[in-house]
Amino acid sequence: MTYLAKPKFRHPSLVPNKLGFTHRDYEGSISTLCAGCGHDSISTALIQACYELDIEPHRVAKLSGIGCSSKTPDYFLGQSHGFNSVHGRMPSVLTGANLANRDLIYLGVSGDGDSASIGLGQFVHCIRRAINMVYITENNGVYGLTKGQFSATADRGSKSKTSVNNDAPIDLIGMALLAGATFVARSFSGDKHQLVPIIKAAISHKGSAFIDVISPCVQFNNGAGSTKSYDFVREHNAAVNRLDFIEERDEITAEYEPGTVQEVEQHDGSILRLHKLHLDYDPSDRVHAMNYLQQHHEKGEVVTGLLYLDPEPRDTHAALNTVDVPLNSLGTRELCPGSKALEGINDDYR
Amino acid sequence: MPKIEATNDFVVKFANVNGSGSASANEMFARSILRMGVPIATRNIFPSNIQGLPTWFEVRVSGAGWIGRRGGVDLMVPMNPQTWDKDVASIDPGGYLFYDSSKPLPPSKFRQDINVIGVPLTEMANSRWQLPRDRQLLKNMVYVGALAALLGIEQETLQKLVEEQFAGKDRLIKPNHEALKIGGDYVREKLKGACGLTVKRLDKVGNRIFVDGNDAAALGAVYGGATVCAWYPITPSTSMAEAFMAHCKKLRVDSVTKKNKFAIIQAEDELSAIGAVIGAGWNGARAFTATSGPGISLMQEFIGLAYFAEIPSVIFDIQRGGPSTGMPTRTQQSDILITAYAGHGDTKHILLFPEDPHEAFELSAMAFDLAERLQAPIFVMQDLDIGMNSWLCEPFSWNDSKLYDRGKVMTYEDLEKGKEFGRYLDVDGDAIPYRTLPGTHPTKGAFFTRGTSRDRYAKYSEEGAVYVDNMQRLLRKLETAKKYVPHPIAHHAKEPTRYGVIYFGSTSAAMAEALDVLESKGIHLDTMRLRAFPFPDEVIEFVNAHDQVFVVEQNRDAQMRTLLVNEGAIDPARFISILHYDGTPITARFITKSISERMTLLGAARREAAQ
Repeated sequence: MTYLAKPKFRHPSLVPNKLGFTHRDYEGSISTLCAGCGHDSISTALIQACYELDIEPHRVAKLSGIGCSSKTPDYFLGQSHGFNSVHGRMPSVLTGANLANRDLIYLGVSGDGDSASIGLGQFVHCIRRAINMVYITENNGVYGLTKGQFSATADRGSKSKTSVNNDAPIDLIGMALLAGATFVARSFSGDKHQLVPIIKAAISHKGSAFIDVISPCVQFNNGAGSTKSYDFVREHNAAVNRLDFIEERDEITAEYEPGTVQEVEQHDGSILRLHKLHLDYDPSDRVHAMNYLQQHHEKGEVVTGLLYLDPEPRDTHAALNTVDVPLNSLGTRELCPGSKALEGINDDYR
Repeated sequence: MPKIEATNDFVVKFANVNGSGSASANEMFARSILRMGVPIATRNIFPSNIQGLPTWFEVRVSGAGWIGRRGGVDLMVPMNPQTWDKDVASIDPGGYLFYDSSKPLPPSKFRQDINVIGVPLTEMANSRWQLPRDRQLLKNMVYVGALAALLGIEQETLQKLVEEQFAGKDRLIKPNHEALKIGGDYVREKLKGACGLTVKRLDKVGNRIFVDGNDAAALGAVYGGATVCAWYPITPSTSMAEAFMAHCKKLRVDSVTKKNKFAIIQAEDELSAIGAVIGAGWNGARAFTATSGPGISLMQEFIGLAYFAEIPSVIFDIQRGGPSTGMPTRTQQSDILITAYAGHGDTKHILLFPEDPHEAFELSAMAFDLAERLQAPIFVMQDLDIGMNSWLCEPFSWNDSKLYDRGKVMTYEDLEKGKEFGRYLDVDGDAIPYRTLPGTHPTKGAFFTRGTSRDRYAKYSEEGAVYVDNMQRLLRKLETAKKYVPHPIAHHAKEPTRYGVIYFGSTSAAMAEALDVLESKGIHLDTMRLRAFPFPDEVIEFVNAHDQVFVVEQNRDAQMRTLLVNEGAIDPARFISILHYDGTPITARFITKSISERMTLLGAARREAAQ
């Protein structure tokens, strides 16, 4: 909550990035989430990623729904416009915002309640429209703000302090793959080294990028029996790859075992260097990814890493053939056909 | 047998089966009269169905220029056996029944007090054409030809319409011409003088256009600078979104790059549609959605957010018969209350009420200026009658010197100069704050939009005083809105009167005629046509200046009256409601009769009181 103002002074040793911004310039207000909340780690990773990518903070628009996760855009990128919309409906607001101005970076922040329950429809439809965005779910399996009810991503048999979840889980990764997301990753809020490059790669991806981040709720879903706890995810984290995000191609200097490193060039020229941890995992094969995820979920594993990437993504603006300039920059002269055109139109109605 | 004799003043009604191809034939019949310079008013009465259910098309011919529904039928053309009995029963005494006499019908199927004109339509069509589809479609043209001959519609005018209709599909012209001739020849040979209704060339159409309100409003959105449209199909609004797309393809494609200066998204539901509109409005594009009552109810949460977060957005509500699925293909003005107070908590919105397609175009374009000026959702309240029927109305016009009013948006330069920015700060005393668009300035002017309460600088706050401060400003902003919305149009009766009548929207056309009839009966009423909510002050002054005010509306619960009572703090007893809500457009006859009856009762009550 922003009534907790953050002091403006900063440590003199903070290093500015290429644009002259320091880490501090990417921060927001002080978080009002619980101490130890996974979401705060994700905010930190987002700050890190934007700082490292030399993004002008005001070129990012942050949009969210309702819930603990949706409060977080207040806690990072304080120089960006943010929109805390309604529960489960962030995707549609983001869609409209993106149509209005194709030049900004759109960051959608949501949770498992927001995206897998009330907003499941909007989540899927936003992705199938190939909106150029980074869509992050901060996934903890529970409703935090209303005090600990299970959400739709909670695994069957998962235990909270007071109850056991009997319903089958919704797998957001699987949904995103089915709906046609062109960048799909899963990570863990407790693994910054994995998460930050994934966020950077997602931002540079010019299409629908979805990142599901398992983010433990220390208050309501971090005990024994929970499959979204710090302990459980650490023990069952099956990372299929580790990612280096490289803005410009450099020479690979380190020695790698043959077949363990794969490079993918994205449309903007950035390079994703994947260090394969599971040699049988192929992130360019969507159907393979879906099968792999299902098989490993059955075994109780939490598969993480860059799970699917189409380096030639679709974008809704291309499909709609919209002009290159943002629609919101067009004025009367560009938009109004004028009285002369109206004469001919009137004739058509006679 | 009495025969209704009338020239350029009668009602023809067609009863057809949905999907039988009758619509284009009927439309051609109507247009031929228009081309003869005689004003017409047409109404489609159709089912929620694609094929098989009954549908009606009414053509009112009115040399006097009345374009509302009159009520009653002078000439019935029942081409649908399913509805024959009702259709025959609906004919005014002395009126005409024009029917397909190919198969004999028992006398019990007819009436004694009407004139029966039989033409063997099916027989003639079947003997001339072989393919079933040809027989069906061309039979429609045979009856158009026969009717034209009966009523004195110029053959050449019809032939020309056929040529225009089938331009590019030239092989269809000949059989259609022939069908017209077959029907016409039969009448000329066998039925001379059978019908006392006549169309006579006039010069009363002038430069007016014949267009439906959804098409007009869509064009208004193009002229008003809308670039983003997000919508979900729902009758009777669908054709507005489709018309917007058609107009954009003609008017909004960059001539050099061939790229589109518009983005249209068919959303997955109404929630998503309004969400996208709000996102686009937040980000500085002019955006709208088109929907109807059920869609409005789904959008409530978002509309509440747009009100509180002050986001420009335009919502076209093409009203239909509710509640629930109600009567999806019938007309009503029954979303007044749900839109005026849409949302949760304390909300109040700006509504515009066009009277016909001409005004739908104007108010549609104006809505986008209002939305950005007032930073609020604007509802354009059409209904099915305006939206989906073609109306004869004044041609569209546009003032080229007018620039869009983009409202109070702080620019990079403003921020750079050090202008103070508080998103909810009332700088100018009109309760409208300044906003910034995302991406404006690297270090100044960013703010966090939220549906939760916040202070004048957009900082989260749950303090009572801060919340009240904001809510009061929103109320004051609505006072400001009264200055910007289109004002009501008032007329004084010829003679001084203590009675007034308030009406709005599609009622207007029937009202004009009803007032004329009432005046000829010695009933004088001052009138006021509402064009917007919140009501400008003269609305309440109008009510206070009269002892009794009729409020004519097309819903059951007198929703506009409720709004007047509520917003004007007016004694409900001052109002007398005239309510028409059976799903068909209100008629002049209905209004005349209802008001006459009430006036008689009021007169009797006054006399009693005087004694």
